[in-house]
Formats: sequence, structure tokens, C-alpha cells
Amino acid sequence: MAKVAFSLVLPERELVTTDADMVVVPGGEGDFGVLPGHIPMITTVRPGVVELYDDNRVTARYVVAGGFAEVTPERCTLLAEEATPLGDVTADQLADRLRRAEEDFEDATAPAAKAAAEQAVTVARELQRAHAWYAGR
Amino acid sequence: MASLKQFRLRIRSVQSTQKITKAMKMVAAAKLRRAQEAALAARPYATAMDRMMASLAGAMQGKAGAPRLLAGTGDDKVHLLVVATADRGLCGGFNSSIVREARRAVRTLLGEGKTVKILCVGRKGRDQLRRDYGSLIIDTISDLGRPRLGFADATTVAARIVELFDANEFDVATIFYNRFRSAISQIVTRQQIVPPAVPEQTAPAGAAPYEFEPDEETILKELLPRNLTVQVYRALLENAASEQGARMTAMDNATRNAGDMIRRLTLQMNRTRQAAITKELIEIISGAEAL
Repeated sequence: MAKVAFSLVLPERELVTTDADMVVVPGGEGDFGVLPGHIPMITTVRPGVVELYDDNRVTARYVVAGGFAEVTPERCTLLAEEATPLGDVTADQLADRLRRAEEDFEDATAPAAKAAAEQAVTVARELQRAHAWYAGR
Repeated sequence: MASLKQFRLRIRSVQSTQKITKAMKMVAAAKLRRAQEAALAARPYATAMDRMMASLAGAMQGKAGAPRLLAGTGDDKVHLLVVATADRGLCGGFNSSIVREARRAVRTLLGEGKTVKILCVGRKGRDQLRRDYGSLIIDTISDLGRPRLGFADATTVAARIVELFDANEFDVATIFYNRFRSAISQIVTRQQIVPPAVPEQTAPAGAAPYEFEPDEETILKELLPRNLTVQVYRALLENAASEQGARMTAMDNATRNAGDMIRRLTLQMNRTRQAAITKELIEIISGAEAL
């Protein structure tokens, strides 16, 4: 059976390149699964968890802090500014991150900085929620 | 004629300079390798970003409502020059070659009656530009890349540029940096970053066009600032590699020059010593003959 060539790319380096039967991506408009032969598509990605499937089982999960996905019939390329394997993130880390983001938001005064901090808070909150959802699985 | 002692002191001082330049050369070589690796590792992201930009820009062509960051302000009166140099010197012509190119650009633009604003990235560029064009410098960002250059550093610079653009401070932005070709050759490069020079659509004809979700505009609005960051990041990475390459070459030359100088001084010292010995011998012999 044909496979999807998946790669998760960070600005500094390529985090993973692998083949999978299916990739589930948290798209900006809702989660979507990518199978071989998917229609070419470019979409935004919201903060959440990406899942790779092989033989109907999840083989890997990655926490991503939002970005973009480019899908072609053969490939699925995910551009993210931040991503980590789900197992490497703990709930404490994310809670800490949220707390720091909230503090930054309180401290920010300039409108641009305030908006950026608010964005960071949203990302942290989304990540926490996604992590809590997947952690037990 | 200098005395033997003076020679010895001179040689010792040149030797210690040589030790320093040699150490700097080796440090630069190690840093150069790391910088090259970082530049290589950053390539996949930039390539994918270029590809997406090309198809998005292609899809937006001829449509109204393209974000300003892509289409520009429709004017080119005010130019922002982003001059990316190093924070430190002792790297040959690295900084001055960038500054020279930037100066030339400022002169041309001013000659055409445009307004020029300069954003310095790196302390050395500011120091050199301050003399002639101090009034044009609006801001300086320095101490980037410590301990190592990361994407966050590029984000700082790009955020500043976007902020200026949103405040209608400029129409066109160009970045000046050194493109890395090899340790001995760096090429001064000027690249227009706002509005971005969109890479030519490389997709083969007949390839299915992309579907966009939610739509081109929304994606572009998210993508453009990131694309700008990627361009800046690429320039900074190239610059970092070039800086270390230039420093390595400069320090290699300095070490060699110091070696030459030591050899010359040693020769002179030995001549002086022999001359002194000969003189003493002559004095003794002629003294003995006189008896």
C-alpha cells in the first residue's frame, strides 16, 4: 500500500521525515487525515497534536504550536515553529508555560507586545488542552 | 642599532600576538563548521516556505485584497535599509564590505530624491555608518546570536520590521548581508524583503493547483510575517557563516605575518649578536697585537 511521506520541519532543523499510512493534522478549520492521494492543499495548523498511523495504530504523536501544512498526493509537509514528541512534554511544563505567558500578558504595555503575549497565552492554553486529551491514551 | 635585549622583547611580543591570532583562527574554524551546519539544517524549512509562497502568490495574482505585506504600499518613496553586520571586528573586510555596499545604496537612493532609513543589525555596521549617515539610523539591534543564532533572533528583527511597516514608516525594505560561498570568499548581497521578491512558480504545468483552507488571504496573512522572518533568518545564518569564514582567513594571514616577522627579527638579532662578538674579537686581537 502506498504511504504518505511525512515531514515535520522546524525553522532550525528537520525534526522528522518518515513514511506513514495516515497522518492526522489539527488544521485551522478542524482536524483532517491525510492518506496517499490526498488532494493538493495548503492550510493553517492550529496548536495541537499530530498523529502518525501505521497498520491502524498510532506510531507517533507530536505536539505542535501551530504553523502550516502543505499536502500533495504523495507528501505531507508540516511547517511549525515549535514541535516536540508528545512523550517529551509533561503537563507541568505546559502549565508552567501557560503561567509565564499569562505573566507576560499582564506585564505587556505596548499594543503590539500585548497582542503577541495574548497570542502566546492562547497557544499555551490550546497546547495544554490538547496534551491533557492525548496524555491518557 | 637596537640592542639584543630589545630584539628579544620584540620577538616575544610578536610571539604572543601570534599565539592569540592562531587561537582565534582555530575558534573561528570551529564556529564556522557549526554555522555551516545550522545553515544547512535550516534549508528544508526555507525551501518549503518558498514553495508555499510561490503557489499562494500565484493564486493571488490579479486578485484584489492581497495583504499589504505582499503587494507593498504601491509607493517607493521611503526605503528601509537593513544592514546586517557582525558585533565584533577582527574579521578582515567582512563588515566594511557590507557597509560599503550599503553606503553606495544610500547615495544612489538619496540622489534619486528618496527618503532613506537605516536599521542596523550588529554593532559594527552602526559604528561605521554613524559617521556619515548618523541621522538616518532609526534603530540598532545588536547582541544577536548569543550563545548561538536561533530562529528567535530572526523573529526579533522581523517583528521590528513589521512594526515599522505597519506604522507606515517605509515602502520598500532591503537587507544587506554577506552570502557565504567559501571560507575565503563572501559575496555582499542585497535582497529586497518587503514587498518580497516572490520566487518564480516552479510547479510543472499541469500539476493540480492547491486547495487553500480557509482561503488564500487568511493563510497569506499568517504566512507573510513568517516568510519575512525566514528571509531574515537565512540572511543572518549566511552572515554568521561568512563572519567566521572571514575571521578565519584574516587570522590565518595574521598568524603567517607574525611568523614572517619573527623570522626576520630573529635573523636581525643573530646578525647583531655576531657583529658584537666580532667586534669584541677584533678588540682583543688588536689589543694583543699592539703589545
